[in-house]
Amino acid sequence: MSNIPSELKYASSHEWVRAEGDGTYTVGITEHAQELLGDMVFVELPEVGDEVDAGEDCAVAESVKAASDIYAPIGGEIVAINEELEDAPETVNSDPYGDGWLFRIKASDESELENLLDAEGYQNNIDED
Amino acid sequence: MSSKTPLHAKHLEAGAKMVDFHGWEMPINYGSQIEEHNAVRTDAGMFDVSHMTIVDVQGDDAKAFLQKLVANDVAKLTVAGKALYTGMLNEQGGVIDDLIIYFFSDTEYRLVVNSATREKDLAHLAAVSADFNVSVTERPEFAMIAVQGPNAKAKTANVLSAAQQQAVADMKPFFGVQAGDLFIATTGYTGEDGYEIVVPNEQAADLWQQLLDAGVAPAGLGARDTLRLEAGMNLYGLDMDESVSPLAANMAWTIAWEPAERDFIGRAVLEQQRADKSTDKLVGLVLEEKGVLRSGLKVVSEAGEGVITSGTFSPTLGHSIALARVPREIGETAQVEMRKKLVNVKVVKPCFVRQGKAVV
Repeated sequence: MSNIPSELKYASSHEWVRAEGDGTYTVGITEHAQELLGDMVFVELPEVGDEVDAGEDCAVAESVKAASDIYAPIGGEIVAINEELEDAPETVNSDPYGDGWLFRIKASDESELENLLDAEGYQNNIDED
Repeated sequence: MSSKTPLHAKHLEAGAKMVDFHGWEMPINYGSQIEEHNAVRTDAGMFDVSHMTIVDVQGDDAKAFLQKLVANDVAKLTVAGKALYTGMLNEQGGVIDDLIIYFFSDTEYRLVVNSATREKDLAHLAAVSADFNVSVTERPEFAMIAVQGPNAKAKTANVLSAAQQQAVADMKPFFGVQAGDLFIATTGYTGEDGYEIVVPNEQAADLWQQLLDAGVAPAGLGARDTLRLEAGMNLYGLDMDESVSPLAANMAWTIAWEPAERDFIGRAVLEQQRADKSTDKLVGLVLEEKGVLRSGLKVVSEAGEGVITSGTFSPTLGHSIALARVPREIGETAQVEMRKKLVNVKVVKPCFVRQGKAVV
């Protein structure tokens, strides 16, 4: 059973979102997603300053097994990216909710968060897969 | 209903993630495929390869039968225990399967063929053997463990009897010997030193545990695939199949053209292809930028288009490598269509890593 922290919001495409309390939101992929993908070998991130729409593919997580698009769970401006992943993509496997974060978005419309799942909703979503 | 090897419980005990592999429930990894890969390159790892099919061929016509069956010539085998890698072909010169043949005497051989092709292989062996005085016997009562890596032989020595240690002490690469209950061969699918050990089913779990206790790390099918690809070894079903000539699969070295009168199955077509230089060839590709080359991607070159037959991230090299079937006139560079854009790749001989060292 995968760890699904209750304080986070989730997209059905397996990204998590954490509110930082200043209108910015950190995004990563869930433990379940990294388990499915296996050892991560490259992570391609957006650039700081990019504007993304909710649901837009804006990053790629490439594992030994497959390349997987990462979708922006909410729209906004990319204000930070996790540059550590350039040299240590395996951090996404070892600490998906912590040091393995991908990027941070300044939300353009915080109401979009209401479209995301809570932990229970995401768990149901996995169970249906 | 999927088949399980005698080591199934040991895999679960070690926390393996199990997957279906052509009807067999096999470990894909025990946590990290890359760590398992590195264990084999730097120390010692072991694979459950019990799903592979062992077939013993015995009888007065055993040699003549195999000379008909496969593209290489078993007459090259004169020292007991020596092994030969080759393909068995159909009349159109396509590869039915690749296999290893161990020679014991002109009337006794052991074949190890793939598991995914087991049924058609056995049917083909039965059909071809009908004209020969031989018995063809599958040996499902044996499991097989491959122990591979620079420390594989030393660590395996800890679990062998004195007599077994002596039997394998000076064994050269690509030999096998029956030593007590074990058939121990200096073969493998990783480009490292080591053994493939055939063991009676009921002893397999104990042997696995002893190897574990001797410090050999369990490695799954995921690592097996990245290791064999780095070593430039073909995987049947990806790098060649019944529609592909061995000449287009880097298997020309496994064909014995002499003596010219040896009429192995597929010979006529292969001779024509060889004279016409009409087949593609299998090359290695190296991608030095980000991204991973994957099976099925299109290769674009000035000489024409080709296809990636298998591709992966190479943990040893830190970038992606692939095998690709391409026009034989291809130059030193090509491009691969990846995620809607063309990326540049180097074209190299299909071998990337040997004995832990990069060779590209």
